Amino acid sequence: MKVLTLNFLTCARKTCKQNPAAFPLHPKEAELEQIETDINPLFIQNMLPRLDWEAMKTVTNELGLPNLPLETPTAEALVDESSGEPSQTLKDLHSLLMETSVASGKLVCANCGHEYAVKEGIANFLLPSHMV
Amino acid sequence: MEYLIRFAQLHETFRKPETDSLAELTGVTIDWEFYSEKSPYSIVRLDGGEWNSARARNLIARSILATGIYELWGAGTDYASLHADVRRRTQAVWPECYTQSFRFEIDAFHGSRSTEERRRIYESFKYMGFIGGVDMSKPDNQFTVFEEYQLDAVGNAGPEPIRLYLGRAVAESGRKAVNKYNLKKRKYIATTSMDAELSLVTANMALAAPGRIAYDPFTGTGSFPLSCAHFGSAVAGSDLDGRSIRGAPQRNVATNFAQYNTSHLYLGGFVADVTNSPLVQRRFLDSIVCDPPYGVREGLKVLGSPRIELQQEVILQDGTPAHLAPGYIPPKKPYSFFRMLDDILAFSADRLVDRGRLCMWMPVAGAVEETGSDEAIVGGETEFAIPRHPALEVLSVCTQDFNKWSRRLLTYRRLKDQDINQTELATYKEYRKTMNNDEATQGHRFSADDLNDFRRKYFQGFKDGVV
Repeated sequence: MKVLTLNFLTCARKTCKQNPAAFPLHPKEAELEQIETDINPLFIQNMLPRLDWEAMKTVTNELGLPNLPLETPTAEALVDESSGEPSQTLKDLHSLLMETSVASGKLVCANCGHEYAVKEGIANFLLPSHMV
Repeated sequence: MEYLIRFAQLHETFRKPETDSLAELTGVTIDWEFYSEKSPYSIVRLDGGEWNSARARNLIARSILATGIYELWGAGTDYASLHADVRRRTQAVWPECYTQSFRFEIDAFHGSRSTEERRRIYESFKYMGFIGGVDMSKPDNQFTVFEEYQLDAVGNAGPEPIRLYLGRAVAESGRKAVNKYNLKKRKYIATTSMDAELSLVTANMALAAPGRIAYDPFTGTGSFPLSCAHFGSAVAGSDLDGRSIRGAPQRNVATNFAQYNTSHLYLGGFVADVTNSPLVQRRFLDSIVCDPPYGVREGLKVLGSPRIELQQEVILQDGTPAHLAPGYIPPKKPYSFFRMLDDILAFSADRLVDRGRLCMWMPVAGAVEETGSDEAIVGGETEFAIPRHPALEVLSVCTQDFNKWSRRLLTYRRLKDQDINQTELATYKEYRKTMNNDEATQGHRFSADDLNDFRRKYFQGFKDGVV
């Protein structure tokens, strides 16, 4: 599961949905995997406005990855001004969002404390009946 | 200046909506001057004007149900009127083609021509005066004579075509992908995997494209996400049954993406239930594509349990909660089919971006009746209502007919917030609230058949009168 996906996942419990503490889920004992792929500037540019940047910063920090800029980078910051090539910011974002994935570990809701297991890159969000 | 779009003569009700979707995606305005479900040939005008090969190529490049697009050089009801029309339309273009190489071919629908007849037809276009010579493999200009015959027509001197066109080829479609994604060649599939052709068409209708995200809440072995990734969209999928995503070590959803070289677009799969979805309630998805379970082959279930004792936390004998044990499988309860469709719509309205699309398949009990006109009418009382949501506009309803039942692909577009009818939205919210309350008070004592009309009819063999 790519790190980008973590920015779209919250606790599956209905009672947690309205609580800001339920997002983002906090990775625990996470094993990361890095797979190199071709850079896709258009995709990163389109995703930027859809990301919750505070959550991005929290999760990268907790995964022990390099710190992100304080604010969401602008579309201009993705292209190197002089050469027109992808900027370092874009390369870093691509590496983080699209090349890094969680292979195993847990995702923890800070509101209810429920832990969702991730195995072989697949997170399990099924809930026992008493939590539905 | 018109174009002729050559369609495959199957999945007829999907052809126009697919092309319209591609027109929206590529920013082309398309006017349908002639279209019939009974004919593979349709005549369109693009952007209301001149021929523009780049735009025509763009429009058709990823089409699955079209085979190609041609400049329309002439149309007629017999060869005399066709030739007259060719002169009228294209005489001014001939000079630039004089010295270019060319090739003629015949595309006869419901008919055929002998080699001798073909040659005579090609030669009847001699007046255009091309001297560039014939090149069978890579001609500068590829001309096709389209002949349309009446089905089962007979005549004394052999049947004659009823409509004729001459077209100059502009571009081929993306139909080759159907073969590439053929389920027979895919490493990992299951009983209900959607066939390659219709998954690709669904991905087109959902406007899957580079820079976008598509999500399938009933991903199974990943047919829809694979098709969306084929068109360059990033994709994610989830399923209530984790086994379908995990598969086996060398046969699973991830290896399917590897097979088609689209792993870089696969954001991930996760195990989840649409009614308790972990996806944030933010509008970040461009497309939602799904074929929800019909409850016939695979059970229609959601998380929860009809048994009171399982609705409490279960503690094992050693004092630990059961749900924390390794290998714990949460209980599931049967679910109403229509409630599920409704939930998918509510889920989509909350997560699609403006103009984002939901493409959802649903079964219809009862086969489509053939009628005299081009319009197909779905058999009377057995038709299920199309689910609605005030924030989702129904764009198209396409039907795939089986022997005793049929299914439909419903395509919705997320309206901008300011375009949503507020009165309808208020009524809808009230209705959802009542439904949730009813469910809470009535408990969950329903069988799969009570909850799923389609399942019941399916096992009754769709016989009339037995309800």
